[in-house]
Order: sequence, then C-alpha cells, then structure tokens
Amino acid sequence: MSFTILNVGILTWMTFLPIVGMVVVLLLPKTNKGAMRWTALAVTVFQVVLAGLIYANFNRGMTGINSAETMQFKELFSWIDIKSVAWFGRIHIDYFVGIDGISAPMVLLTALISFVAVIASWNIEKAVKGYFALFLLLDTGMMGVFVALDFFLFYVFWEVMLLPMYFLIGVWGGPRREYAAIKFFIYTLFGSVLMLLALLALYFSVTVVDPATGEKLHTFNMLAMMNPANFEPGSILSGLNTYWRYVAYIALFIGFAIKVPLFPFHTWLPDAHVEAPTAISVILAGVLLKMGTYGLMRVAFPIFPDAAMYYLYPLAFIGFINIVYGALCAMAQKDFKKLIAYSSISHMGIVILGMTAMNTQGMMGAVFQMFNHGTITAMLFLIVGVIYDRSHTRGLDDFGGLMNQMPKYSAIMVIAFFAALGLPGLSGFISEAFSFLGAFQTFRWLAVASTLGIILTAAYMLWTLQRVFLGTLPDKWKELPDINGRELVALVPLAIIVIILGIYPAPMLNMMNASANYLVDFVRGGGGLTLLGK
Amino acid sequence: MNQELILQLSAAVLFLPLASFLLIIFFGKRLPRQGDAIGTSMLGLALLASVVILLAKLLLFHDEVLDFTFTWVDFKSVAGIGPLKIDLGIMIDNITAIMLVVVTLISFLVHLFSTAYMSGDVRYSRYFAYLGFFSFSMLGIVLTNNFFLMYVFWELVGISSYLLIGHWYEKKSAADASKKAFIVNRVGDVGMFIGINILWANYHTFTFEKIFAAIAGGQIPYDSNPWLTAAGILIFCGAIGKSAQFPLHVWLPDAMEGPTPVSALIHAATMVAAGVYLVARTFPMMTADALVFIAYVGAITAFISATIAIAQNDIKKVLAYSTISQLGYMVLGLGVGAYTAGFFHLVTHAAFKAGLFLGSGSVIHAMHNALHHQGDHHTDAQDLRNMGGLRKKMPVTFWAFLVYTLAICGVPLTSGFLSKDEILAGSLAFGKLTGQTLIPVIGFLVAGLTAFYMFRIVILAFLGDHKDPARFEHLHESPKAMTIPLVVLACLSFFAFYSFNPFGASSGWFFHAVERPMTAVPNAVAAASAEEFEGVLHESHVTAMMLSLSVAGLGILLAYVTYYWKKISAEKVAKALPPVHAFLLNKWYFDELYGATAVAGTVGFSRVLAWFDSKIIDGIVNGAGSATRLVSFASGKFDSIVVDGAVNLVAYLAGFFGLLFRKIQTGKVQTYIAFVLVGVMVFFFIYRIV
Repeated sequence: MSFTILNVGILTWMTFLPIVGMVVVLLLPKTNKGAMRWTALAVTVFQVVLAGLIYANFNRGMTGINSAETMQFKELFSWIDIKSVAWFGRIHIDYFVGIDGISAPMVLLTALISFVAVIASWNIEKAVKGYFALFLLLDTGMMGVFVALDFFLFYVFWEVMLLPMYFLIGVWGGPRREYAAIKFFIYTLFGSVLMLLALLALYFSVTVVDPATGEKLHTFNMLAMMNPANFEPGSILSGLNTYWRYVAYIALFIGFAIKVPLFPFHTWLPDAHVEAPTAISVILAGVLLKMGTYGLMRVAFPIFPDAAMYYLYPLAFIGFINIVYGALCAMAQKDFKKLIAYSSISHMGIVILGMTAMNTQGMMGAVFQMFNHGTITAMLFLIVGVIYDRSHTRGLDDFGGLMNQMPKYSAIMVIAFFAALGLPGLSGFISEAFSFLGAFQTFRWLAVASTLGIILTAAYMLWTLQRVFLGTLPDKWKELPDINGRELVALVPLAIIVIILGIYPAPMLNMMNASANYLVDFVRGGGGLTLLGK
Repeated sequence: MNQELILQLSAAVLFLPLASFLLIIFFGKRLPRQGDAIGTSMLGLALLASVVILLAKLLLFHDEVLDFTFTWVDFKSVAGIGPLKIDLGIMIDNITAIMLVVVTLISFLVHLFSTAYMSGDVRYSRYFAYLGFFSFSMLGIVLTNNFFLMYVFWELVGISSYLLIGHWYEKKSAADASKKAFIVNRVGDVGMFIGINILWANYHTFTFEKIFAAIAGGQIPYDSNPWLTAAGILIFCGAIGKSAQFPLHVWLPDAMEGPTPVSALIHAATMVAAGVYLVARTFPMMTADALVFIAYVGAITAFISATIAIAQNDIKKVLAYSTISQLGYMVLGLGVGAYTAGFFHLVTHAAFKAGLFLGSGSVIHAMHNALHHQGDHHTDAQDLRNMGGLRKKMPVTFWAFLVYTLAICGVPLTSGFLSKDEILAGSLAFGKLTGQTLIPVIGFLVAGLTAFYMFRIVILAFLGDHKDPARFEHLHESPKAMTIPLVVLACLSFFAFYSFNPFGASSGWFFHAVERPMTAVPNAVAAASAEEFEGVLHESHVTAMMLSLSVAGLGILLAYVTYYWKKISAEKVAKALPPVHAFLLNKWYFDELYGATAVAGTVGFSRVLAWFDSKIIDGIVNGAGSATRLVSFASGKFDSIVVDGAVNLVAYLAGFFGLLFRKIQTGKVQTYIAFVLVGVMVFFFIYRIV
C-alpha cells in the first residue's frame, strides 16, 4: 500500500519535513524567535496530522516483519549505486522505508512526543535558532530510525540523531551538562561501533539477485537479512547457531542495550536526564529509549532468530534486573528527575521481559509498553519541568503540600503517577499486565520474581507523591503559580491518551496484533527455518 | 421483566456512581451544595435499581446466572493456542444481587450521613467525588464475571481507599496511613496477580465459569494438584490484603485516619468484605488444602485482632480491630466450608458494623463539637477514657449503638446471632470432620472476647458518668442526616430481614438463595462435600448455639464486672501483667516488626544499590573514561618525548656533529695538510703493526 502527497511518500514527508523546517529556522533572522518556535510547531503539528493519516489508513491485517509485500506505506528507491569499488565490488544501497505493526506505533509515538516537546521548549530563550534547528534534525533522525528498512539507512539515522542530542544536552543543559553530553555521546558511539561491525559482517554475508541485471549483489536490505537462504554459503554469518552469528548478535545487542538502557550499560541515562532541558528529557525518555528495544525486537531478533532464542533466558534475566534494580535505585534518589530516570530503567525492563516471553501477549505487551512508557514518562518529565521552572530545584525533600498550592497541576500529576505505578484504568497497567502474563508462560519464576517491581514501584511513586505533594507547604513556595495554559497543552493530550488506552486499548493493540503474532512465530520457528522448509 | 433488562439495570447501577464521580470532580465547585446532593441521589437511584434487581432475580430467575460478555481484546489466531481473546463481562447470580443491595445501601446511607458529618470540610466536594468513585469500583468487583476485571476493580478500590484515607493529607499521619494501605494491599494484590497468571497460562481465559468448567473437566494447572492449591492460595492473597487478614492486617487500623463515614463504608462494610466475596466467588476452585489454609488464616486473624481490640482506647481503633476479627470469622467460615454462613456474616456484619462506625462517628462529632465549644484542642475526641454517660445526651445514637453491639456479640433476635452461630456450628463440624480442633476453639474464644470488648465500648462511652461535667453540658445529639442512617441500620440488625425463625437462618430466604456451589476440583483433593458437611453440621447445631451463647454471656458479664460495677480494676490487671498489656497495646508489635524488616530492609537495600550504582557501575564507566584519558596522556607523552624525541635527537645529533666538524673545516690549506700527514702516519703505523 502506498500513500503519497505531491508524489512523495507519506513516510518521507514524515521523516524529512523536519529537515525542511530546520532549513527554514536557519534562514530566519536571528531576532525572530517567535517565528522559529512556530515553524517547529507547524512541522510537528503536520507530523501529528500525518500520523493520524497513517493510523486511519493502516491495514491491521498485514504482518510486515520480514516480507516487503506486507510492509505498508513503503518506498523503495536506489540511493547509492557505485559500479566498482576495490574489494567491495558493486555497492548498491537502497532508500527503503516502510512500516509494520511494530514500527507504526513508534512512528505515532514519535510524532506525538515531538509535538509535545516543542511546546515544552517554548520557554527556551538561549540561542533559539540553534536549539530548534538541532531539535528538528533530531526529529528526522528519530523518525528515520523507525521507518528505515535498509540497515545502512537505519544506521545513518541512528547516528544522525546522536549529534543534535549531544549539543542539545551540552549547550542547553544544567550545570554538569558537558559531562553528561560527552558521556551520552561516547557511550552511544561505543555501541554504534559494535553495531557497525555487525552490519558489515551481515553485508558481506548476504546477497540478493539484482532483478535488473541478474547479478548477485551484497545488500544492506534488512528484510533480506532475515531470510537464511540469502546468506552466502561459506560466508561468516551463514548457517544457523554458529559461533559468529552469536558474536554478531551480541554486538548488535550491546549497541541496542546501551540505548534501552539495560543493566549494566544504564548509567549514562540518569546523568543525561538530570542535565538535559525538560523537552529533551521528554524526547530522550519518550522516544530514544524505545529505539533500543525496537532495534532488539524488530532488527536483532528476526535477523538472528537462532541467537535470539539461544540468549532468550539471559536477556529475560537482564529484564528482571532492570525492573527490580531500577525500582530500588529510584527509591533511594533525592532528585526528582533522577528518580524518574531510574523509574524509566525499571519500566523498560518490563518491555524486555515482555518481548523475551516470545508469545503474543508478551510481545504485544512489550510494544504497547513502549508506547505507554513514552506517553507516561513524557508526562512525568514535564511534571518535573513545571516545578523546576518555578522553583529551580528538584530536591524531593525541598517540597511538600503542593497539592493545595497547585491543584490543576496536582490533578495531572495524580494521573501520571498512578499510570506509572500501573493502576488499572490507565494505559500502563495493560501493557505491564500483558507483559507479565506473557512472561509467566515462558519464564515462570523469573516473572514471579519480577512482580516485586510492581510493589516497589508503588512504594517509591507514592513516597514521592507524599514528599512533594502532600503534607504542609513550606513558606518559600507560597507564591508558586499553578500550571499555565502552555504546560496544560503539552500535558492534557498525553493524559487523555493514557486514560483512553487504559480503558479501551484495542485501537492500539489491533495495529500491532498481526505483526506481533507473526514475529513470535517467525523467531520461535527457529527463524525462518520452518518458513524456509515450507 | 426479562434478563436483558436486569443486566441493563445492573450496568446502570455500576455507572451511576461513576457519573456522580465525573460530575463532581469536574464541576464540583460550581454545583449547588458542591454536588453532595447529586452524589447522594445517584446512589439512591442505584439502591432502588439494586433492590429491583434483587427482587427480580430472586422471584423470577432464582437459580439462573445472568451473564453478559463482550470481547475486549482479540489476539486473533495465536500459535500453539489457536484463537485467543480476552472476554470481559458481568454476571448476576444471587450473591451478586445481594451484594449490589448491600453496597449501594451502605454507600447511600454513608453519603447521607456525610452531608452532615463532613459539612464545612475543606475538600467537601472532592470527598463526595471519591465516594462515588469508590462505589463504582466496589460495584465492579461485585458484578464482574472474570479475574481480569476483578483485579482491575480490586486495584481501583485500593486507590479510592488511598484517596479517602488520605483525605486530610496535610496531616502526616493521614498521608502515611494512605500510603501504607495501598502498598500493603499491593503485596496481597501481587499474590493474586500471580494466581491469575497461573490460571491464564493454563486456561487462556479469565472468565470464572470457563476456568471452573475446565478444572471440573479434569484440566489441572501444569497437571499437578499442588499447583491448583497454589493458585487458590495465591488468589486468596488478594483477600488477605483487602480483607486485612494476618499477616497483612496492619494497614486497616491506620486507615482510621480517614473520615469516619469512610471507615464505615470502606473499612468496615464493603471494601474489606471484598476479600470474603472473592473467596466466595472462587470457592469452586479451592482444594481442601487451600481451604484449610484459608480457615487458619481466618482463625489466626480473628484471634490476634480480638486480643488487640481489648487494650485499645481509641474508639475507632477498637472498632477497626473488631472489624479485622469479624472478617477473620467470615474467612474462617468459608474456609471450613460453611459457605453460606460466611457470606451471610458478610451481609449482616456490613449493616451492624457500618452502624457501629457511623455511631462512633456520631459520638466523635458530638465530642468534637463540645470540645470545640470549650476551646479545648488537646483532648482526644476519640479516646474512650474521655467519654462516658453519653446515653443521656445522645439517646438515638445510644440505642442504635446498643443494637449493633448486641448483633456483633451474637445475642439472639439479632442478625449477628444468626450468622455467627452458623459459622461457629460450621467450625465445630469442620473440627469433627477433619480433626482440626483448634479452629472451633479459637472461634468460640473470639466470640467471648468480642462480647467483652464491645460492651467495654458501650459502658465506657455511653454509661456511667461523663469524664468532664462542664463538657457534658455541650454535648448534643447529632442531626437527622446522621441519625436516620443509624436507625435504618439498627433495624437491619434484626433477624426478621433474613429469616423468620429467630434461632436459625437455614430456613430463611437467604440460605435458600445462597447455596454452597459445587466444587470443581478433583475428588482426591476436594474438601468434604456439602452433603457430608451438612450432616455433621446438623448434629453440632445445638451444641454450637449453647456454647456461643454462654461465651458471649460470659464476655458481657465480665465487661460489666470490670467497667460498670468496677469489681475488677482494669488498671490493676494491666499493671499485674505489664508485658502482656504492652504486647496487646502495641498490637503484637507487628508494625515494629515490619518496620524493622521489610521497610527498613528495602529502603536500606535501595540505598546500598544506589551507592553501588553511582560508585561501582558508574565508577567503572568513569574509570574507563579516565583510563582512556590516562592512556591518551601517556601516549601523548610517549609521542612528544620518545617518538618526537627520537626525531629531535637525530636532528640534534646532526646539528651537534655539524658544529663539531665545522671546527675542523677551517678553510686553511696548512691545516688540511697537517691532517693528511697525521692521517697517513696513523695508517702507516697501523699497517706496520699488523
């Protein structure tokens, strides 16, 4: 299925519109800050509209994952074609984008969170031009990662996103921003290098026949990599369950694990969150972390189903550590933002637990949890941002009694906090419950141990709520104004989504159902081995 | 009236309180009287509808189960399972219909009571909104036909309880209590969640009926009976949390920080009874072992809390422990197999315990007003030792309170007599059948304790002389909005509503409507069948009645001797047994125990982990960074000293020797000739020697 506007595919619009916006921002006169903000807002609003179109026209029955035929909104052009390069031979790289039930929710999430983040960025006064230019570049990178079906393209977008993030934290961040930005950059780059190695190994192992010339070509096409028949016999990654396939899987895994972030690669996250400006924290938690789990689920699993199955239990165990360890670390924090950062680590562990369950409920729970964590944690960071803007402190023990001082703010806060602690009726519960229901079927005791996280989350969330919002108001905060209209515009849509999906999740679950079922089948079936036999 | 209509009506019962919540939470401040009338009338309508449902159910569809199911999430065709979907829905059988009336009735009366009790409160409208939300969640528990919605509403009542306990959240104790309630409940909920996981993993459905049918059909979780027992016990964990059973009972006494009508509604009559309802609902899947476990939990709970209740001085605290104790009775009843009796006690207890709490609310309200009038802000309005003689000033409250007390003590002609007697008879039968004699012993002992501590309240608060004659003059009976619910509940504490025979409920409509369901578990692990149980029960009935009447009589007598005639001095007894008294006064030190182990352990461990995270894990990361910088510094030095040094050394040496040899490049022929000569001579001598 294709869908074009002015002969350009909708996903290309989605991905490169922010670049157009960036150029516009760069061309605007330096003094016209308003125009820059409105440009960024217009771009993200347009993205949201496009996301609506995608949602409306998405075919819920198509599986995607490894077949180009069932990818939706796809676009395929020859991008780079160099006839002869020493050692490499002919290099052919496609511009290949498309979405399925796993990536579509992420695309919607990215559009939504970008829009919210622009609103949260409205009060940025320092170097506005640079800020919004970088912001829009980041937007392109994020969107690109979720729509790319060519590994080379995926890698390019993955790296594109790094640079603006580095500057956005390093220039507009808090007191230790440079440390945090460098840590983030180098850590992620370290993972990228491993990913690049795996990518090259895959490239040299996989060939497809060029329909035009009939010659065998090495390819970066991700879908081709998912078919074991395309691996050249004798190449490094051919066969199944070989040593090098495991090595390559682990290389990819580390690249993605750093992004999730999985224990023990997670320590960049609290620093980056604490130093990043509110909107960037929102993006970071709302979208960037999902790239890690998305990569694992959508890229690493189907390309290396054998290795994925082989390392399923260890991965689930890491998920369990993330859940419990993240929750316990969160409990000990005194900085509001750091607490939310650790809670993200805990909640992303649930995604891992759900996807390693390798069954429908678990996989759908994981994808849904990615979406829900995006909206809920975005709310939490916005909430921290609201009081930080007013009081210039994030110390949990500096507050108390805000419930009476800021009633509207507190109402929104209650929704976000309860959603984060998995209260039924709010979206986080459903995805957590599904992840656990799935995981219990596969890893009984690990799932039982992970439920400890449910109790710990309730404990630290309610403790935080009490310290900040209940009790008596310190005199110094008697003048704090309640939440303003702009902040409400950012928070209320998220709150509405959290409530609606909490009561009736089918609209979102329907999107992912076919793909999740297929992915589970595909990976469980020894990765196309059975498919190949058919 | 057809089944469709009844189901639609029940949906209306469910959503009316939700509508009340939404209206008041969004428009509360702008509504007349801040929306209390809306909340109350919505619940009144729900009550009417519930009564209609109950009558229709009992008269028209007595033995049928009405069910409405819809597909909530469809997973489509799933490998290894086939079509998989989550069906949710509601069901109405007789216990549902009865519970609907109980919940809406108590909720309506509490709404009414609150309009007077809470008037002038800072968050008056918020309070009514939360009451509506609670009622909605509670009715959800009652109506659901599956474990998934059960869990959903289970947690939702938890959160409404959290919000209402913490109604006066400015007070740290209230905020602490609400947090404690939620977290302790969550511990139980997680157990229930794991139980649901076991069922889902094996049956791929949440619907009660389908699961029971599968078990009855011989499909056992993981083909092992212990797993079936485990599933039952884990589901029961939810009840341990919500119904404040040992060892998770610690949250309920603290929950008394909430407004007193809330204590009546949530923490006495309805929410805490949800656990009992859950056990009743899931009764068919309970194995004999699970039921014995349940019976013991109930017995231990009943005993521990009854002993604690004796030593408490706060009127609400005594009632709180008495609630825990009575909940223990109900759980015990279900555990021993006296299904109908356990559920019956839930219903009768709901009325008289809600009454006791509302009655105590009326007393506290009066005390509070009197103290306020005197300008006294130190005296505790809830402390029994500050009361006395209230009977003369508050006759309606007193008589109502006395009726409830007689009911809870199990005095004939009251509803409590009927239900408690059946439970005790059941426990006796159970003892005979299984040889677990401890259960009936505890049952009768607790009956005596109950009578003692309840009459202790009545005597200390209402009889004798008031502590402070000056204050006594300012005490007044509460307004109509408060006394009407008290009278209604007092009426409902008489036997006639449940059975026309004042000495046995088994012939009444209730026992006819609520019959013990067939067990679904395999015979090998099933408890004694209903018929077998009934047979033994019949023999034990008279014994049980005699015994229970005597222990109750003894308890009441002892209370009179101690507190009214003062033949025994309570203080002296306490002083004579200081460790015992301190042990009871401090609630068996459960809070201290949990505080020192679970709470301190978790918080301490979290600090250790946070330290580990920032120092070790992040230390390694930063260490790697520093190591890289060190290496780069060293290689920088190596580069500038060794590599570049070598280059510079070559240049230097070249320069040095250049300078050196320049000295001999004098440009004078004589010098060169002299060098040549010297050279020739040197070579000459060398060759000669060689």
